[in-house]
Amino acid sequence: MPKKLMKGNEALGEAAIVAGAQAYFCYPITPQTEIAEYLAKRMPEVGGVFVQAESELAASQMIFGAAAAGARVFTTSSSPGISLMGEAMSYITAAELPAVFINIMRCGPGLGGILPSQGDYLQAVKGAGHGDYKLLVLAPSTIQEAVDLTIEAFRLADKYRNPVMIIGDGLIGQMMEPVDFESCTKPPRLDCSAWATTGCAGREPHIVKTLFLDPNVLEERNRTLKAKYERMTREEIRFETYCCDPPPDLLFAAYGTTARVVRTAVDHLREEGASVGMFRPISVYPFPDDALRQVAHHPAVRNVLVVEMSMGQMLEDVQSALQGRRPLHFYGRGGGNVPAPEELIDEARKLLGNGHGGKR
Amino acid sequence: MQREVTFAGFGGQGIMTAGKLLALAGMAEGKEVCWIPSYGPEMRGGTAYCTVVVADRLIGSPIVNDPENVFAFNRPSLDKFAPRVRPGGLLVINSSLIDVQSPRHDITQVLVPCNDLANQLKNGRSINIVGLGAFVARSGMVSLEAQRSVLHKEFGRKKGDVLAATLEVFEAGVRAAQGDKETVRA
Amino acid sequence: MSAPTTIFRRPEALRDAFTHYCPGCTHGIIHRLVAETLDELGLRERTVGIAPVGCSVLCYNYFNCDMQEAAHGRAPALATGVKRVLPDRIVFTYQGDGDLASIGTAEIIHAANRGEKFTTIFVNNAIYGMTGGQMAPTTMPNQVTTTCPRGRDVNTAGWPIPVADVLAQLRTPAYIERVAVHTPRYTVQAKRAIRQAFQYQAENRCYSFVEVLSTCPTNWGKTPNESVQWLEDVMVPYFKLGLKKSPDRPPVD
Repeated sequence: MPKKLMKGNEALGEAAIVAGAQAYFCYPITPQTEIAEYLAKRMPEVGGVFVQAESELAASQMIFGAAAAGARVFTTSSSPGISLMGEAMSYITAAELPAVFINIMRCGPGLGGILPSQGDYLQAVKGAGHGDYKLLVLAPSTIQEAVDLTIEAFRLADKYRNPVMIIGDGLIGQMMEPVDFESCTKPPRLDCSAWATTGCAGREPHIVKTLFLDPNVLEERNRTLKAKYERMTREEIRFETYCCDPPPDLLFAAYGTTARVVRTAVDHLREEGASVGMFRPISVYPFPDDALRQVAHHPAVRNVLVVEMSMGQMLEDVQSALQGRRPLHFYGRGGGNVPAPEELIDEARKLLGNGHGGKR
Repeated sequence: MQREVTFAGFGGQGIMTAGKLLALAGMAEGKEVCWIPSYGPEMRGGTAYCTVVVADRLIGSPIVNDPENVFAFNRPSLDKFAPRVRPGGLLVINSSLIDVQSPRHDITQVLVPCNDLANQLKNGRSINIVGLGAFVARSGMVSLEAQRSVLHKEFGRKKGDVLAATLEVFEAGVRAAQGDKETVRA
Repeated sequence: MSAPTTIFRRPEALRDAFTHYCPGCTHGIIHRLVAETLDELGLRERTVGIAPVGCSVLCYNYFNCDMQEAAHGRAPALATGVKRVLPDRIVFTYQGDGDLASIGTAEIIHAANRGEKFTTIFVNNAIYGMTGGQMAPTTMPNQVTTTCPRGRDVNTAGWPIPVADVLAQLRTPAYIERVAVHTPRYTVQAKRAIRQAFQYQAENRCYSFVEVLSTCPTNWGKTPNESVQWLEDVMVPYFKLGLKKSPDRPPVD
């Protein structure tokens, strides 16, 4: 199949089908409703389940039920809806069920607006729900990458028996770009037979639960989850560096669509002879601390500039990774405004000074 | 090399489709392409616009605030986007619905009476295809051959003489732009 | 004299476990009726039950079949998830009045309205039990609880929600009945209703819902006997027992 020009939202839906998703439960919300519309047609064609639930609360708990019954499942929403799904994320993680959540972020807080944003970063990486839990969170910056990471998300959800979240801003959902599904393969399915609730014929009953009243039993589970997150940190770090060899005078850090804008700014600044580069986290939980440090702590790097469509969220992770050893700057846009390359070029020039940070 | 155009007009003028067809032609030429819509309440009745980027390498910023080319299909779009055309760029004006031009002197302006041409061919709904023909012919953003082959592919499966009618209005747009009679180089 | 015959035994669908239910509480009876039904219809090995949050949260330890435990009020959503991916299994939710009629109102109404092919056992004892006796949506007018210490004031708290009657208003075909278990005669009727509910599910006919009026001597502040009397005198006249809706009797336009 040649590349197909697809809207991000539809491509995400098709990616889930390629990944072998068996059931999708949803509730409409802009700017990701096209995923639901697409899957309303596609899921029945592949013998899958499509249910429009009464709320995001219900949709995400249907995910719990279906995942605990052994099915490969996912849901999608946008920021206000994801807040309501925080409950289920906590329960699904507690019950160690594989599931995929996709958040096509819109601007907030509150009802906010429907335009692109990266304002749910902290919600995603620190937890929308209660309790000691983590999601594995991946942040694509092109539609092809959104497709590839969505398929990967199903594999990782199975590998860790933990929910995996894809965060993309509204543009990832609304843009059209060419997508190649040919090189995509369906991840093998986890064997759920040891724990899924499918009827107890020929075996002892299975119980999928999250209530553990004995503090020692619950603490043991907390430790099990912690070990899982530590393993993710060892095995699932993903990032990209752009123009970082040799390390630049000014290092941008950005993810998602913002990283593409930074890329354009970097190209432009380099044409002027400026020494600039970019570090782009792809896994935002686990965050690529070590990799970022390796670039940013090089003696050549004098400044780090974080760019986000928020008032500074990934900034906290970058701050923690840099351990105060490099001056850290921030440029953020909100309200649905996407920064233009020119804005970033101006910001960079301020930090580079007149000499453009060591012309090469 | 990266080239961009913003198509802007009323909802219902086929703006989004014109952009998509252009992006498909870019793909057919083996280029990187990106189609970015306006979305949200703007989709419902007001100004609809989309931007298409065609490049020979990975496309960075999908947001282009100063596009190289703008095609204004109605007056509000002209007012909104004409000031944003990059100096030296191209502004195509649907002169059937817009009776003014931009006061700018640093861009090329081309007038194409899209509605009149479409109506003459009894295909009044296809003003977007007229505009596409004129734009491709004038800008060279993609080749006419690539754009024609995309039209064959996208409309060839439709019933009746949809393909023939589409090609007819497309070529009318091409001729209007190549005729160059109404070009204003201020 | 012939050898002694066993005339009463623990159903296979119940585990050999001590329950945590208070003396005089009728949860145990309702558990047994569900378990007997699963045994009699031969459903146990293909059943998935959903436990709620409330007094019966631990019912996953008592039913001898596959079980999931839901977040507060969300059991019908979990059941929907299970039933949609495993349509040939038997799925039931077991929920109390706070869980089903307060925090889970949206979930139960929409599951019923979609006609999900699972069964709900709704235990209505007019109070929050697990958290220690707070006002429920089904608390009776003037009934005293810890959060309505002067009695439920219907002017500010509204009237008790008659869930079975509310659900019966939906156009989607369903089996809906309200029963009680505070006397042997009522219990026999309750058993028949629960069996009918699972039977309809096994036939893939419709959503089925049985509301069971239940006692809570601990939080009502009454003895078991007083509780039975109070249920009969106060709850039964308001929560009218009987068949509310049947798939065999289509609605009249």
